[in-house]
Amino acid sequence: MSKYLLDKFLYTVDRDPELVERYRSDPGGTVEWWERDMANTLLNCHAAEKSTWLAFGEEERRALREHDYVALFGMGAHPFLTLTLFIAMFERDHGPLEYQIAYARAMDHITLPYPDIAT
Amino acid sequence: MATVAAVIASTHHPFYYRASTSAGPDRPPFADEWVAKIEAFRQTLTRAEPDVLVMVGSDHFHQLWLDNMPQFLVGKAPFFDANWYNEEREFGLPRMRLAGDEDLAAYLLREGLDAGFDLAFSNELRIDHSVTCPIITLRPQADLPIVPVYTNIFAPPMPRPSRFMELGRALRRMVEAWPSDKRVAIIGTGHLSLELGGPRQFGPHGPDPEFDRKAVAWIANGDVDGCLAEVTLDSLHAPGNATHGFMDFMLMMGAAGDGVKADYTDSLDLFHTMEAYFTWYPSPAGKGASS
Repeated sequence: MSKYLLDKFLYTVDRDPELVERYRSDPGGTVEWWERDMANTLLNCHAAEKSTWLAFGEEERRALREHDYVALFGMGAHPFLTLTLFIAMFERDHGPLEYQIAYARAMDHITLPYPDIAT
Repeated sequence: MATVAAVIASTHHPFYYRASTSAGPDRPPFADEWVAKIEAFRQTLTRAEPDVLVMVGSDHFHQLWLDNMPQFLVGKAPFFDANWYNEEREFGLPRMRLAGDEDLAAYLLREGLDAGFDLAFSNELRIDHSVTCPIITLRPQADLPIVPVYTNIFAPPMPRPSRFMELGRALRRMVEAWPSDKRVAIIGTGHLSLELGGPRQFGPHGPDPEFDRKAVAWIANGDVDGCLAEVTLDSLHAPGNATHGFMDFMLMMGAAGDGVKADYTDSLDLFHTMEAYFTWYPSPAGKGASS
């Protein structure tokens, strides 16, 4: 399990307008492409300098493919990153604050202590 | 030596800009009260007549990332571009550019390192809403040079709350010893109780009004001991999963001084989070300017 890689996916997609739209419209294809081409990219380094060891677990891949933010929370993905990206993708389909409140209600069964987000 | 013209601690609500500039049906019902409170708060900085602003905040995974995460970082650059695509997208924040005070930044880095804080630095830092929100609220003309000081309240492992207070005390001491005739305001922003991405987010109030009530009292009264007795890295999970941002308020309590009551305190109960605003005038000159 790689909380760091989940966070890296959320972080790199959220900061790129084109990737936000791509992940909204084609989550399966985006996750597959990202894991193959981006997961081992060292940010802020020349493209030829890559890591060699980063990969999602199957449940992580599924949660990202299915836009399952509740599962991502349970895995310890950073909740700020998840929330920001999902607001970017789906707030537009709802009235003011509707999406944010529904997002919270989908997590009502979660109690303290929350999953550890340390990477 | 430089004068600490004001110490200011504030929440940084990214929706203020949009709320305060919206009109007609888009203007939220609480906007007028919020704007009135902010304009009164702004006067507390204006009357301090600062020349330069030390701005304590926290990067929200914009430029600082988990592959290379500093705990405390000082920005040393002639300019700081500001606000990011995802902040324009979500909050409607404008792109900004602020001048930097490289002399003060270099001084804080040297003195901070010698005082036992292994400060990271950045010579090209794009700052985010933790710094630009207080510019928008307190100095919207954005005409003063800044020294950004970023803290990690976001990515564990983080420094403990007492370390934030110690850095605040050190910042105050260092600014007071800066060989300059400038008037420096030390401004820092954080959160009271806050939940992001969890079941308690976006409620009718902050997620823990009782914590907020106690926190406002700790800050307003300079109750460092009371605050440290209750606040730990572990305890901050209980009021809301993003409440570690309160440690930036604790840093500002350190800058304001143990047991020193704020000269100005205000708060506003909003949906999602409580707003809180505090100003201290440490120097006689600042006090004189305020009366």
